Amino acid sequence: MTRHRGRGMASINYPIGMNLGGDPSQALVHSNPSGKFTVALSSIDLGQGMKSVTRQICAETLGVPVEDVYVDTADSDTGPHCMGSFASRGTHRVGNAVMAAAREARGVMMEAAAEELEVNAADLETDGRGNIHVKGAPHRSISTKDVAIAAQFKQGKTISGRGIFLVPLSDVDPETGEMSPATCYAHACLVAEVEVDDETGEVAMVRMDSAYELGRALNPRLVEQQLVGGAWMGVSHALYETPEPYYPDPAHGPRDFVEYLMPGPGDICPHDIAVLERPAPDGPFGAKGPGEMCANPVLPAVANAIFNAVGVRIDDLPITPEKVLRAIKAQGGARPQVRR
Amino acid sequence: MLELRKDIFADERDDNLKEIGKGTQRQDMLGHITGTSSYFGDHKLQGMLHLKVVRSTLAHARLRHIDTTEAERSAGVRRIIRGADVPVNLNTLLSLINFGKDDEPSLAVDKVRYKGEPILAIVADSEREAFEAIAKVRIDYEPLPTVFDVEDALKPGAPVVNETYPKNAFIYHDVYDHQRLRFGDADAALASADHVLEQRYQMSPIEHAPTETNGAIAAPDTNGRYVVYTSTQALFFSVDTCAKILDVPSNTFHFIGGTVGGGFGGKVDTLTEPLAILGAMLTGRPVRYVFGREEEMQYGPPRGAERIYIKDGVMRDGRIVARKVRAYFDSGAYTRLSSYAAVKCAAHLPGPYTIPNVYGDVYCVFTNRTPATAMRGFGVTAMDFAIECQMDKLANLVSMDPMEFRILNAYRDGDMKAHRREAKNTTLIECVQVAAEKAKWPIRDEFRRASSRKDGGGSRAAIPPTPTEPRARPAAPAQQRTTYDRAPMTATREPPREPPPPAPPPPPPRPAAPSHGATRFSSVFGTRRR
Repeated sequence: MTRHRGRGMASINYPIGMNLGGDPSQALVHSNPSGKFTVALSSIDLGQGMKSVTRQICAETLGVPVEDVYVDTADSDTGPHCMGSFASRGTHRVGNAVMAAAREARGVMMEAAAEELEVNAADLETDGRGNIHVKGAPHRSISTKDVAIAAQFKQGKTISGRGIFLVPLSDVDPETGEMSPATCYAHACLVAEVEVDDETGEVAMVRMDSAYELGRALNPRLVEQQLVGGAWMGVSHALYETPEPYYPDPAHGPRDFVEYLMPGPGDICPHDIAVLERPAPDGPFGAKGPGEMCANPVLPAVANAIFNAVGVRIDDLPITPEKVLRAIKAQGGARPQVRR
Repeated sequence: MLELRKDIFADERDDNLKEIGKGTQRQDMLGHITGTSSYFGDHKLQGMLHLKVVRSTLAHARLRHIDTTEAERSAGVRRIIRGADVPVNLNTLLSLINFGKDDEPSLAVDKVRYKGEPILAIVADSEREAFEAIAKVRIDYEPLPTVFDVEDALKPGAPVVNETYPKNAFIYHDVYDHQRLRFGDADAALASADHVLEQRYQMSPIEHAPTETNGAIAAPDTNGRYVVYTSTQALFFSVDTCAKILDVPSNTFHFIGGTVGGGFGGKVDTLTEPLAILGAMLTGRPVRYVFGREEEMQYGPPRGAERIYIKDGVMRDGRIVARKVRAYFDSGAYTRLSSYAAVKCAAHLPGPYTIPNVYGDVYCVFTNRTPATAMRGFGVTAMDFAIECQMDKLANLVSMDPMEFRILNAYRDGDMKAHRREAKNTTLIECVQVAAEKAKWPIRDEFRRASSRKDGGGSRAAIPPTPTEPRARPAAPAQQRTTYDRAPMTATREPPREPPPPAPPPPPPRPAAPSHGATRFSSVFGTRRR
């Protein structure tokens, strides 16, 4: 019995947003009289951090601290239309809608501040800490709270904004498939190292190294959460999971987490990630979206690593110990390839 | 561990931002870690009833008779809902964007098309009483022949799964039983390639496995409205779907959601909301309908399995000159969203590489299994598995390092993509370089110096001459369009015509024309020396 190590890699790109576009999202932003902002959405936070990302986008655009913004989602009576949280569209589509709404609200806020300070709005800037001051003269300043009070009770202005983002729907040519599927693409490359037991056919993950290009990491902690979790979904898809173990025969489907195989804590390996940022011209602050693509390079990288370790190609998922063992036997034993 | 490589593409970015780029703690973190965030299932309403469905025990059968006499008398039963009680008992999800034909009932009427298909809904005082009543329902089935394999389903004479699509394939553009991609002359390029490699890849279905299963609670509100707490991933998608199925204006509903215990694509289908609301409409009481774990795993939609054939032509120097792909998406018994994924898949070909000749046929096929739906990477994950395993084999075939082989073939700014749009903002090369560096995987200098911003465009920007194939005769416009469009339809006075004859099932792949001394390998026919 021998355990053979091998490395494999894969590189991918991923389209951002619904294929062909035509998937709008809206946002409403408004301030209460204390200068605290609410973002109203009907978008969904699946745990991926939709609320947090849109909150940061709104705060950055308004020029106020993130603590002054709260995101309310999702209520069909108060939140304007959104297609939904899928197709890696949250950050890109909803983010852009929030940015547009926040820009409009900022415009009113700056006008109201200009009236209070008796200057031209174009001469004002925000300090990101809750104040608006004259450019080059920080002492001529007013807090966003005082601006909000003045707007509401003195000037009769609503510090609010509406935003929508829509990538117009593309046609598809029936004959050639000519189409505009997406406006931007995220990219990734991942190296997987595995250890294959030639007696049991078991595959253990040793480590992963990866590079993901996402336009801009709006919140690196949330990006990390997505990329780490997504990679494990990829490992699980490659080596463990299936609700139909004898596909296409549908028999013997698992019914719970005892019967449905997934990697456990003991199967986890180190994953070292680099994030690159080449801003998308139409992304909010250049952002694309890490949501879906993070699992995609893992599956082929693992399969390619198994080949490097023992010389067998398993082209049917999941790559179970049974399939590995049968393939090793069929070729008369493990044939480790050149170590990489 | 995450490292931000700010040094790369720094000239394309303004890094002078205050809130963006910070690892700010999530707004909802405290609620999540203290278990106080409110999910749909946390709403306990007074007088709340519980809905459970009776599911088919067979994968394909006619329903001869449904006897609910005993179930109706079962303790705690408030209402048994049949297909006839559903106002519009036929829908397809993407009818909201006018794509595809209505093909799926909320509750089966004459026939069941997959094991686990809902036939009746039982509303009772408790889940236990609902289950007890389900056990008392007697259904007389007439079993029908089944088909589970995507290629078998396309053969002439295969059992018809879904009468809306009698050839077991979604119809694109009212003409084809697949989505096409044609760019250049793949056959000619394959014939002159140094090596040709043809392989078959089979994906497995997988389960979204969210912590929180699909579910909804619907309750009568004042003024004839209904409040609906839901786990949906797409609030208005679900609102509009319910409005259509229940045949009421969309503002009849007040949907509340937004905090969801994991979706991954499995909470778009709006499976629980329409029946929960209908239950509330028929009983006047709040109704809760939540999937159990077995329902979620076996009858909630999975990621479908795809079968992919790839045939590539590569030159000795490592340049890929042609890629030909045939892919089958197993949609299960109904369309749901697989029809959309097939188009997305065609757009994704040939992966992030510049290949001058690309040919793709992508099928969305109906079989007698649980309908598949969206899942993380929809339409792309499977194709990436196939393409990237294939890339590894091709690199091996031409004795190149797989990293260098990717960089050699990578798309670059200014290149023409197979769907006939210019590649922009590309970064595949840089990702490969950084991953190689991180993994201490040596690559040669010329590949380390390559850039997505250099050496693209020029002759690589051209759309190559593409042979024309005989055009299929367009059929009468379908009931709903088969290209996406939400614009109102113009009325058509054309009399309905017979659907067009579908394209014949693709012939088994044949070895390409001989060329001197090249090794040709096919997973179907094995290695051949010519």
